[in-house]
Amino acid sequence: MRRITRFATVGIASAALALSATACGKTSSDAASDSGEIKAAIAYDIGGRGDQSFNDAAYAGLSKAEKELDVKGTEAEPSDGEADADKVQRLTSLARAGNNPVIGVGFAYAPAIEKVAPKFPDTTFGLIDDSSVQGDNIANLVFNEEEGSYLAGVAAAKVSKSKTVGFIGGVETPLIKKFQAGFEQGVKDTDSSVKVLSQYLTQPPNFDGFVKPDLGKAAAQGQLDKGADVIYAAAGLAGSGAIEAASKADKWAIGVDSDQYNQKGLAAYKDNILTSVTKDVSGAVFNLIKSVKDGDPQSSEIRYGLDKSGVGLAESNPAYTKMTEVTEAVAAAKQNIIDGKIVVKTTP
Amino acid sequence: MRKFDKDRLLLGLAGPVLALAVAFVLTSVVLLASDRDPIEPFRLMFDAASFSDVQVLIINQTGTYYLAALAVAVGFRMNLFNIGVDGQYRLAAMVAALIGAAVELPGPLHIALIVIVAMLVGAFWAGIAGILKTTRGVSEVVSTIMLNAIATSLIAWLILPSNFGEQPPGSNDLTTGDIPESGWFPALEVTGGEIYGFTFVAFALGFVYWFVLNRTRFGFDLRATGASSTAAQASGVDAKKMVLTAMLISGAVAGLAGMPTLLGDTHTYSFNFPVGVGFTGITIALLGRNSPVGIFFAALLVSFLDKTSADLDQHGYEKEIATIMQGLIVIAVVVSYELVRQYGLRRQQRKVGEELAAGHALKTAKEAAK
Repeated sequence: MRRITRFATVGIASAALALSATACGKTSSDAASDSGEIKAAIAYDIGGRGDQSFNDAAYAGLSKAEKELDVKGTEAEPSDGEADADKVQRLTSLARAGNNPVIGVGFAYAPAIEKVAPKFPDTTFGLIDDSSVQGDNIANLVFNEEEGSYLAGVAAAKVSKSKTVGFIGGVETPLIKKFQAGFEQGVKDTDSSVKVLSQYLTQPPNFDGFVKPDLGKAAAQGQLDKGADVIYAAAGLAGSGAIEAASKADKWAIGVDSDQYNQKGLAAYKDNILTSVTKDVSGAVFNLIKSVKDGDPQSSEIRYGLDKSGVGLAESNPAYTKMTEVTEAVAAAKQNIIDGKIVVKTTP
Repeated sequence: MRKFDKDRLLLGLAGPVLALAVAFVLTSVVLLASDRDPIEPFRLMFDAASFSDVQVLIINQTGTYYLAALAVAVGFRMNLFNIGVDGQYRLAAMVAALIGAAVELPGPLHIALIVIVAMLVGAFWAGIAGILKTTRGVSEVVSTIMLNAIATSLIAWLILPSNFGEQPPGSNDLTTGDIPESGWFPALEVTGGEIYGFTFVAFALGFVYWFVLNRTRFGFDLRATGASSTAAQASGVDAKKMVLTAMLISGAVAGLAGMPTLLGDTHTYSFNFPVGVGFTGITIALLGRNSPVGIFFAALLVSFLDKTSADLDQHGYEKEIATIMQGLIVIAVVVSYELVRQYGLRRQQRKVGEELAAGHALKTAKEAAK
């Protein structure tokens, strides 16, 4: 008796589920609303808003568009460890709500955009950091991070007295390896006697290396102990720990993504932030939204390099701008890269 | 006898229902305390669940969670706490994806190969903890947690383009290459999307789990060893062998947990492959009290919370509400199960007491008749 009851329960439950899935014909895409105003949406990468780095830069672009272009912005956060199907669902729901453009922040959105974009041919999809998925309504916003990092390498090699500099990567992904490759090449091209200590905090799918400052701090401490006097951390929020460690030891730190000299959270350490390798995610987001609003949406690969100031080296620290020998070397290297005389590698 | 079963069923249901109600009320309290509408998020979540594409997401996720929870439950029945389901699941999915992409076989064979590889890898990874436990007495809790971390590093190394992985041009992701179409598991097309075919395999496995545990000698030995290893040993069960076997089975099932996603959707293992499934599986196995039907409903509930909360932040509510609720459910479950257990125990004692008293009376009556 008990066997039958239990078995029947399973049967009824799965049948009911299957029925509810098939019978309930309404899909969430049917609920589309059409209004006159322009709505833009960004879907964040791991970490979400408040990471003082990548996601915040995207948000800065969106809020600038809200102010200057009178666009209504929507944000959507991912859940930890979610599957592609969840990203598909998120983008679909953003697109069906009438958002245009819909921007996926980070390469993780590539498979999802590949599936969703063809279903919404009139919506422009922005994809940051990935150009493997192409389409008429997909704008791939990619950056030459290695070029900015090369300049950081030039500056680091010039200011280092101990002839040892450090690179800290957040999570060992191909994207962060571009930072490492550019930095190492920049150092070696400037002064081949300078040693580069390179190290990663975590390996995917453990993305703690982008969010935990204590990891960055410990790694920087280790490199300082080994004699490094310039530390370049490409590690998102974890990089702030590296900046703190370098500042406490009164050595140089190089920031990443945005101009970290001007960041409020790092004000206590700003005198030791030599410069920052900037990556203009916010500008790229803004440009894409503007292009949609102007009726001429961007599509295919939009590459931001040194030439378009999509990446670059910040010059807000007066101590840095005073070192004319360093800034001249950086400026010369920048010109050489733009002219194609120096080709920067993307893998270490 | 049948009446007793009904009571037990009611008692069994009381635990989760009580837990759910408490979690619901506490979540509302949290919402109220943070100055939010205490009911609106739940309304939004039920709204989301009425869409057929969200329903498909829920069902697919249920399949994955169901497998992960079964893997945990096999261990629980044996008094083993396999925290390493997540690592076993990830490593198995990764290696299975590699092998699947490297070969080309006729459809069913290709799928069978991928599935078998996944089970073997999962079993192997869990087996390490099993051997450590049986030979050196290392707690499986500690060793499986450490094996999770080792699996992360091992995968990161294996997936490097210089080893076995590849980096698609223009992408910043690393993958194991695409599995040819012969290795895709057929899906059920419904309005709103595709239900991964492997989801049905997952549910069928629930029946196998029930049958093996409750209707075979092996299952009896397993439960007996779980209840008391010394008693089981005294009755001729090799407890060490049972520990190792249970770990191997648990790992093999954990290896299967990645199959719905791998065979039905991504067809490759990449940095985007879902993580944390094994940990959710622990919650679900606890909630479902290790019973195949209970686990099914628990998996359904957690998937429901996961998927319907995804859009909350677009309506101005934090999606973490669902995370809070899941956490509260787990705490409430532990407390309410204990309460219900104690109540059941007291009730049983009272009953036995009554029956004994009645029996005693009968005996004396008989004696009196003599």
